[in-house]
Amino acid sequence: MSQMSKIVRTLSNITFPFIMIFGLYVIAHGHLTPGGGFQGGAVAASGCVMLIVAYGSTWVFEKIKVSKLSAFESLGALGFIGVAFFGLIFGGYFFNNFLVKTGILFNVVPETGFTGSEFNTAGVLPLMNFAVGVKVIAGIFAIVLVMAYASSIKERKQ
Amino acid sequence: MSTRNIVATVMLTVLVVFFVLTALMLSFGTPIKTQMDDYIITHTQNETGTNSAVTTIVFDYRGFDTLGEATILFAAVSGVLMIFRRIKK
Repeated sequence: MSQMSKIVRTLSNITFPFIMIFGLYVIAHGHLTPGGGFQGGAVAASGCVMLIVAYGSTWVFEKIKVSKLSAFESLGALGFIGVAFFGLIFGGYFFNNFLVKTGILFNVVPETGFTGSEFNTAGVLPLMNFAVGVKVIAGIFAIVLVMAYASSIKERKQ
Repeated sequence: MSTRNIVATVMLTVLVVFFVLTALMLSFGTPIKTQMDDYIITHTQNETGTNSAVTTIVFDYRGFDTLGEATILFAAVSGVLMIFRRIKK
């Protein structure tokens, strides 16, 4: 698919940072607000897919290596399972929330009831949200990029 | 109308009637009270330090579900990249 008109490219240039910031916000505040790693990752990946639509899959395919995206996807999966195994090592069982009262980061326990949202809470949940977010961004972006590039090869041959 | 269409219509009707009857036989809205949601609502903030109970269920109480979802996404990416592995510039 060749690139679209200059109007579309300019608009995608303007809106791309805001979409990425919103996606990263949903990932980072996954333990306080609605959303989490999967949802924020889907938002940020849709921002990346907008670049494919505006600039054409060939341009994006030459800029970004799919093997690196696949490596980031595997890193996200390893981070998720790694945090779970750290729970096994430090806490005694798989998926143990070992940071919640004794850790260095994210160790504040809010009072029961209606309390304000403090960012420094929730133990290992922000780490898991971050790992899942990286995984979803890289995974969806890699899938869409490879499939779009494959279909564009078929168009060019005709 | 050919025989194939008639057979398809009959099978679809039987399937829809089966599902609707199964759904009507179940009692709706019972049990009214369960212990699990009360436990999660009262113990979430003390046990996991999280204000969002939904995130706590997804990542802490039901962490193996999330592990399964991550495995599904990993398998999807692996499959697509394996199918299109010969595509170069």
